[in-house]
Amino acid sequence: MLEVHNLQTYFYTRAGLVKAVDGVSFSLWSGETLAIVGESGCGKSVTALSLMRLLADPPGRIVGGAVRLDGRDLLGLNAAAMRQVRGKDVSMVFQEPMTSLNPVMTIGRQIGEALMLHGAGSREGVRDRTLEMLRLVGIPEPAQRVREYPHQLSGGMRQRAMIAIALACNPKVLIADEPTSALDVTIQAQILELMANLQRKLGTAMILITHDLGVVAETADRVIVMYAGRKVEEAAVDELFARPLHPYTRGLMRSIPRFAVMRNGVAPAGRLQEIPGMVPALSALPTGCAFAPRCAFASDICRRDYPRYEEKRAGHWSACWHSDRLVGAADG
Amino acid sequence: MGAYLVRRFLLMVLTLFGMSVLIFVMLRLVPGNITDIIFDSAGFVNPAKKAAIERQLGLDQPIVTQYITWMAGLARGDLGYAFVSEKPALDEILPRIPVTAKLAVLALAFSVLFGVPLGVISAVRQNTGLDYVLRVVSLSGLSLPSFWLGLLILMACVHWFGWIPIYRSSPDNFWQEIALLSIPAAAVGFRSSALVMRLTRSSMLEVLRQDYIRTARAKGASEPSVNYDHALRNAVLPVVTVIGIEAAFLVGGLIVTETVFNIPGVARFLVEAIRWRDYPIVQNLVMFIAIIVVMVNFIVDMAYAALDPRIKYEE
Ligand SMILES: Nc1ncnc2c1ncn2[C@@H]1O[C@H](COP(=O)(O)OP(=O)(O)OP(=O)(O)O)[C@@H](O)[C@H]1O
Ligand code: SF4
Ligand SMILES: [Mg+2]
Repeated sequence: MLEVHNLQTYFYTRAGLVKAVDGVSFSLWSGETLAIVGESGCGKSVTALSLMRLLADPPGRIVGGAVRLDGRDLLGLNAAAMRQVRGKDVSMVFQEPMTSLNPVMTIGRQIGEALMLHGAGSREGVRDRTLEMLRLVGIPEPAQRVREYPHQLSGGMRQRAMIAIALACNPKVLIADEPTSALDVTIQAQILELMANLQRKLGTAMILITHDLGVVAETADRVIVMYAGRKVEEAAVDELFARPLHPYTRGLMRSIPRFAVMRNGVAPAGRLQEIPGMVPALSALPTGCAFAPRCAFASDICRRDYPRYEEKRAGHWSACWHSDRLVGAADG
Repeated sequence: MGAYLVRRFLLMVLTLFGMSVLIFVMLRLVPGNITDIIFDSAGFVNPAKKAAIERQLGLDQPIVTQYITWMAGLARGDLGYAFVSEKPALDEILPRIPVTAKLAVLALAFSVLFGVPLGVISAVRQNTGLDYVLRVVSLSGLSLPSFWLGLLILMACVHWFGWIPIYRSSPDNFWQEIALLSIPAAAVGFRSSALVMRLTRSSMLEVLRQDYIRTARAKGASEPSVNYDHALRNAVLPVVTVIGIEAAFLVGGLIVTETVFNIPGVARFLVEAIRWRDYPIVQNLVMFIAIIVVMVNFIVDMAYAALDPRIKYEE
């Protein structure tokens, strides 16, 4: 339904050209949840904002690729047509519930605005639908909350309100950019459950951006792993966790306690391992595999040539010269 | 809210009391009183005569007594008699207020009506030619003294239209008066409009970077809606505060502008009264201005609370 083909988004900064997203492709089927994971700065948010064409230009620009929604290329739309898509066909929930709502507008007005912009009809219709959305996202006493301002709501409630805004017009695709990372752990679980429930109820397809693999395991159908602006691995969620075919993915899994516990049912024997080194500066990527400086499996060919992105197993893609060495490699 | 209002009111009273002492003392610290000025200009001094006049005007009393007399008068609504005209001070001041009030309101309106929209445009078009032009113009607005600008406008009018936009006789109707006043009002308001514009611009630039602006765009809101509904409503908040402060600064601009444009208002009258050390006029007029400024600031605070739901004046 949503097809992203060879998306390239660059930032033209004073420090030089930053290829924040460099040739990312994926597709999203209706009703599906696709997770995008990766360390901070690997281009997840930029990918999401590119789909919505919400990047400020300058400095950011989508320099190549295509984003097709039901066959229509969003990157080719004019500004007015793109506005019709935003909030109606594709919606977004952001990472920061504390700052993503307008402080001087009531919650009701901010939800109602999305409805009005996409032709919700009468005043009563908008009001009823607003109340319905608040109920749907589990905000208690909706009749009172519509008149309240964001500062009167807790972080969790604000994120629920954001979800209400995003889902008000029944979008085909919901992009959730780390929707829970700014929230308390207990609230995180509630919000994720809410999103999963609503997604099932409304049949919305979801792109879930996160660096929490635990969240991925619980909610996603398929996973894309990004590193330094590129896609390095993609697989169905079970397949990925059972058989990571990229050293970076494996490193991510090892560094996350929740996942380690979940997989084995017991606490991991050894210490959690961090991936050594740092994400390289996107303006100065090494030739060859971008992960090579941090990779235990790196060899000469890795440093010389960028690995092809290939289907290593049915439905399991990876960009690594030595994927085969990972299969069966001991987990420790 | 009630408690806040009471506290606020008491604070206002206290401010005005302090103001009254200050103006009263300062006025008397200025060398010479009206008798000195009269007798100096006459060229000779008859001490007995001078003392008689001082006694008659109450200038021989201790300063505390004079102050109490003034305050007691105020409480009765009696402002005393002007030294120069010997008419009741109230009758001298009151008729001059409307024209100054109109001028001040026009000047403030000018600064808001030009400053805010131009600030928004400048911010939305950041770093375009239009933005640069507006910024240069506003910089000139901040650096041109209003009397000089007033003179410039007068000269331009004479040069191009052979006409001087000043009061010669009283205008025929309200609209004619407003038209006549709008030119000096522009001269006074230009400075604050420049200030308001620059502040709106920087405030808008700040707000346009906020996450909730991105949220509005993500909903599919149009650019005008994003700029005016979402951004401006947040960006005007600091501007409102400054407008309150500007209201006080306006008085200075009014004094010179009334002089330049020959407008028979209170500001020019005040300067004249100060020259003559006409204490009853000066102290009452300054008190009046102080009351207005304090009230404007109160209104601004209320407006701020109305515009920003996060602010609630409660305990
Ligand atoms: N406005 C910008 N100007 C210049 N470079 C930018 C800008 N925004 C993002 N980038 C670059 O794009 C890269 C990817 O950023 P992005 O926000 O997509 O990371 P992310 O994967 O979402 O990370 P996080 O987990 O921290 O949200 C960053 O490393 C940064 O260098
Ligand atoms: S290509 Fe080489 S360096 Fe890159 S991840 Fe695979 S093994 Fe490591
Ligand atoms: Mg991000």
